Amino acid sequence: MKRRLFLKSAMAGSAVATAVGAGLLTPSMVFANSAAFKAKSDAAGASSAGAGKGSFKFKAPKIAENGAVVPMTVDASKMDGVTNISFYVVNNGTPLAASFNLSGAQGYVSTRIKMGKTSPVDALVTAGGATTKVSQEVKVTIGGCGG
Amino acid sequence: MGKIKLKPKARKGVIGIKCLIKHPMETGLRKKKGKLVPANHIVHMVVSHNGNKVVDADIGSSISKDPYFKFNVAGAKGDTIELKYKDSKGKTGSATAKSK
Repeated sequence: MKRRLFLKSAMAGSAVATAVGAGLLTPSMVFANSAAFKAKSDAAGASSAGAGKGSFKFKAPKIAENGAVVPMTVDASKMDGVTNISFYVVNNGTPLAASFNLSGAQGYVSTRIKMGKTSPVDALVTAGGATTKVSQEVKVTIGGCGG
Repeated sequence: MGKIKLKPKARKGVIGIKCLIKHPMETGLRKKKGKLVPANHIVHMVVSHNGNKVVDADIGSSISKDPYFKFNVAGAKGDTIELKYKDSKGKTGSATAKSK
C-alpha cells in the first residue's frame, strides 16, 4: 500500500508529492536517524525532483556485486562555488546517504555507501544556490542493509 | 572509539585528503539472532585545514561500514589537516595529520 502510494505520488511529479512519498517510506519510528537528518533527507528528495541535469562527473558502478560497499565519486571541481554535495539512493530506507557541506574545499567527494537493492542513485551538487543532479542506476546483486 | 587513518597528500597545490574511519556503522535495522542490533553510526564529521573548516558533513546510516572519504582542498605540503566525528551514541573521535 505504501509502495503504491509512493509510486502514485512519484508519478504526480511535483516536488511536494515526492517529499510526501519519501515521508511515507521513512516513518521516523522505524528508522534510527535523527529527526533533523530525516528532514534533510526529505528536503534532498524534494530538491532532487526539481533539479536540472548537472554538468559534473558522477562515477558509480553499473553493477555492484556487494551492496554493502558501493564506491562512488562526484567530481565537480570544474564548477565554481560548490557548497554542497549529496548522495541520494532512491530505494534505500533512508534515501539520503550523506550530505557534505563544503566551504573552501574543491567540489570533489569520494565515498562508499550501502545499498539495499537495485536503485537509481542521484548525486546532487549545489553551486551558487542552484542544485543540479546526475542520476545513475546501480544494480545490486547482494543487498547490503542487513536482512 | 574508532581508529582513524588520515592521509593528506599535497600535489600541484591541491591536497588530497583520504580518510578511513574504523566504525561499525550499524543502521539499527539489522538483526542478529532475532534481536535488533542497536543503531551506531557516524552522524556528523568536520574536516579542517589549518584550523579553517572546509568540509562539514551530515552522514546517514547508509554509508558503508568503516567509512572512507576523499576530499580535495587547495593547499601545500606541511599544512595541518584535522578530522573530527561524532556518532549516534554521542562518542567522538579525532585525528590530526600534516600534509605530505
